[in-house]
Amino acid sequence: MEEDFKVIDNYLMIRMPDEIDHHQSVYISKNADKYIMDEKVGNVVFDFERTTFMDSSGIGIIVGRYKKIACFGGKVYAINTDNRIRRVLMLSGLHNVVEIM
Amino acid sequence: MIEIVNWKRGMEVKNEMQLEFRAISDNEAFARTAVAAFVAQLNPTLEEISDIKTAVSEAVTNSIIHGYEGEDCEENRVWIHCFIKEDVLEVDIKDSGVGIGDIDKAMEPLFTTKPELERSGMGFSFMEAFMDDLEVYSEPGQGTTVHMVKKLGITPWIADAE
Repeated sequence: MEEDFKVIDNYLMIRMPDEIDHHQSVYISKNADKYIMDEKVGNVVFDFERTTFMDSSGIGIIVGRYKKIACFGGKVYAINTDNRIRRVLMLSGLHNVVEIM
Repeated sequence: MIEIVNWKRGMEVKNEMQLEFRAISDNEAFARTAVAAFVAQLNPTLEEISDIKTAVSEAVTNSIIHGYEGEDCEENRVWIHCFIKEDVLEVDIKDSGVGIGDIDKAMEPLFTTKPELERSGMGFSFMEAFMDDLEVYSEPGQGTTVHMVKKLGITPWIADAE
């Protein structure tokens, strides 16, 4: 899963797994924070291309990363979101803080 | 443990399924997939399957990390009981964990007792949003039972009513 994290310029790209639940979320959050700290990236991009399932744990991952970088002016992006993922993001009001594409 | 006595009210139970598994996060995917597979006989849409999986995932996760406080112990179990009545799915998800003192507070959006685990506090809100009905039965020390109802194939049903 290490190859799912990539730093491009000032952006940390995270390829999300096909199913995002509490079981998966701990690993993703921990690894993302490692990159944010070590590589000093300013922005985080979550790529949902592969994702077919996400529950509220996914919201926790995104909000957690947002809190870490927002105070330094960083932004969080969610890309390749299908209707399903978008609905979950909207329900939690995340479309106000996350750039959804 | 709190038993729901009125689950049989109304329609006749057409099918029934029961699951018991150890309360560890590895089983979350299993639980929601099993319920989704059981519902398949009602010919749900992909949207409906997705809704049910999300709601089940939320409830099971709650039992594991809140009910049993994430403690892995052989006696810690989660029970799922599904009923199909005509085209309605009813799911009970039950644990014998610590229970909830203030259910109304727990159901508030964004309220969480585990911010350190990055829980978003949206679990119950998601269950409410994705299912048609949600009831929570709990008392401190008595475990928690989440009762959810979802009617499938809403479109033809509305057409029939007219």
